[in-house]
Amino acid sequence: MSATMTLGGAIGAGLRQAMTADPKVLLLGEDIGKLGGVYRVTDGLQRDFGPQRVMDTPLAESGILGTAVGLAYRGYRPVCEIQFDGFVYPAFDQIVSQVSRMHARTKGAVTMPITIRIPVGGGIGSAEHHSDSPEAYFAHTPGLRVMSVADPQSAYSLIQEAVACDDPVLFFEPKRRYHLKGEVATDGAPAAGGMSRARVLRHGTDVTVLTFGGLVQVALDAAEAASEEGLSLEVIDLVSLSPIDWPAVTESVRRTGRAVVVHEAAQTGGIGAELAAGITERCFFHLEHAVVRVTGWDIPYPPAKLERHHLPDLDRVLDGVDAALGRPSSYGEQAFA
Amino acid sequence: MSSLLAHDTGTGSPPDRGDPRTVRLLTPDGVRQTSGEYAARVADLDDAALLGLYTDMVVIRRIDQEATALQRQGELALWPPLLGQEAAQIGSARALEHDDFVFSSYREHGVAWVRGATTAELCRVWRGIAVAGWDPYRIGMATPQVIIGAQTLHATGYAIGAKYDGAASAVVSYFGDGATSEGDTSEAMVFAVTYGAPVVFFCQNNQWAISEPVGLQAPTGIAARAAGFGLPSVTVDGNDVLAVLAVTREALERARAGEGPSFIEAVTYRMGPHTTADDPTRYRTADEVEAWKAKDPVARLAAYLRGTGALTDDVDAEVAATAQRAAAALRADCTALGEPDGESIFDDVYAEPHPVLEAQRTRFLAYREGFEEER
Ligand SMILES: Cc1ncc(C[n+]2csc(CCOP(=O)(O)OP(=O)(O)O)c2C)c(N)n1
Ligand SMILES: [Mg+2]
Repeated sequence: MSATMTLGGAIGAGLRQAMTADPKVLLLGEDIGKLGGVYRVTDGLQRDFGPQRVMDTPLAESGILGTAVGLAYRGYRPVCEIQFDGFVYPAFDQIVSQVSRMHARTKGAVTMPITIRIPVGGGIGSAEHHSDSPEAYFAHTPGLRVMSVADPQSAYSLIQEAVACDDPVLFFEPKRRYHLKGEVATDGAPAAGGMSRARVLRHGTDVTVLTFGGLVQVALDAAEAASEEGLSLEVIDLVSLSPIDWPAVTESVRRTGRAVVVHEAAQTGGIGAELAAGITERCFFHLEHAVVRVTGWDIPYPPAKLERHHLPDLDRVLDGVDAALGRPSSYGEQAFA
Repeated sequence: MSSLLAHDTGTGSPPDRGDPRTVRLLTPDGVRQTSGEYAARVADLDDAALLGLYTDMVVIRRIDQEATALQRQGELALWPPLLGQEAAQIGSARALEHDDFVFSSYREHGVAWVRGATTAELCRVWRGIAVAGWDPYRIGMATPQVIIGAQTLHATGYAIGAKYDGAASAVVSYFGDGATSEGDTSEAMVFAVTYGAPVVFFCQNNQWAISEPVGLQAPTGIAARAAGFGLPSVTVDGNDVLAVLAVTREALERARAGEGPSFIEAVTYRMGPHTTADDPTRYRTADEVEAWKAKDPVARLAAYLRGTGALTDDVDAEVAATAQRAAAALRADCTALGEPDGESIFDDVYAEPHPVLEAQRTRFLAYREGFEEER
């Protein structure tokens, strides 16, 4: 069976599946009930599962995550929605000090099967605090799994996997892709382990482009443009940012000898830094060039009308590819001096 | 089970809970109460002064309407309308002195207007060209806060500083009913009481936090909470500009007298959508909105002033013309706001030189130059 769904709709459908499969799954968040969430991802779920399983919570993110910890302690499987990326920070303490450590703290006696869904990233002309990419904070935190989806099919499958996972999972949903439509196969169990596996979306031989979430399509478009100039880019959707699927990454980079990492978040301490270090460790003797990062600048997210100067786009990806090929680029010599 | 679900069927509170403790000086049909403690606090307001408040309210409503239209026309990216909250904002802001300071949320256009924000400044953020509209020190009002509740702590800290300085300044923090659930808001009240901060917590209970009715945040009422923190609190009819002015004056006086913080719950109603991106028909009934229209804050003051003879058709036409001029200025100033240069995204991230960021700026410029050459 299959159906055409938007990415947002596919997440909703996946949640419906997960709630049907396990009565301990419940949803918590602001405006997720009657309104169905500001992006309507949970549309209809409160109507069908009732207010006890789809809880409109008071306006308090620390409250949402803190009570989710208690619910998990009690054997529930909470799925928390944070309304926008920039509003996860009030919950940061509960996530970093409690959610992430509980399993280790209790020597495995207590599990925290909490899924934290977060609409993420920019490119939608939004107000301040509505376009952040905070994934690195969480990938840096031991005990958390971090992932991002880029298309309806994987969104549908991976949200179910994330909910079923006994570890806490940060599940990032790129806002700019919410309305993207695709065919979603809804029968059969989702492939186990998919949430930790990178996907090679386009095979290539010259440069490996590593990205995730909202920029996957940008990377694919860049690869298409590059092919017109005779360049062959391999595009990998990392999907999982913690753990990183190193076998997939190293297999590709050892073949191409060049890697470009693309993300929206600031460069310093970002996922790109981890990838660059990990690739250097694993592929040092195969590398033809230093790993190149194409990222948002190290600035607070700019106002909507200026975001295009901040966000990596097709041309900036190609500029990074040029750098990785040792061609003239904005990176120049000094960038790697 | 029923108590668990209580919030779920809830909508906003009825417009008139008939609570005798709610301070009200103008009835919905425009009768002014002249006796009692609070009436005495605004006894100095003659018809001319009230006409001033009326003009403020009409002007800001017209500005709000124009901004909503500008959003529909693509000139603004978003706008959070204040429609229905004019009395709560104008009444409280008109109680402030020049040296006082405001820390608000995003919907307080009326407060910003009274503090002296220009029409261009009201637009900048919502046009998507800046994350702040004005210089906070110029108008005595911080950049409106998007993170719900955060500004309550900022107000408290500023007030502690003012107290340490021996200044006569008081601080008002504006926030919504939803914001009362955030930890920051509770922490702000704790700090304010501990340090005797000259701060007024001004909660506009407009019945809704996006789709969530106030009963979901505070099933037992908002103002009552303050007592637990050790703050005096008052509930005021937020659609009664006189009553709002009276209770805010009282709280500011208390702050200036070194008697510490206070809490005001102004009961009002968000007559429009949460923002221009919201569809309130998904979560509230037309009947509820209609019921609140009968409590319209602007109509209420108009009714009173018509009764005294201060508001004639001619005067009202003048007020409308003033509002129309403000709306026209808003439109002209808004559409004239150009886009800053892309390089400006690197400005002001740090107060002191930062070599890594400067290297990125250099690369940005090199990239842009190379890009332009290619064309
Ligand atoms: C920390 C945080 N969480 C969530 C949001 C999203 N959000 C924006 S406005 C709003 C509702 C606020 O309601 P209230 O405090 O009553 O103010 P009102 O909008 O009614 O003026 C929410 C949930 C936010 N801005 N900040
Ligand atoms: Mg509200």
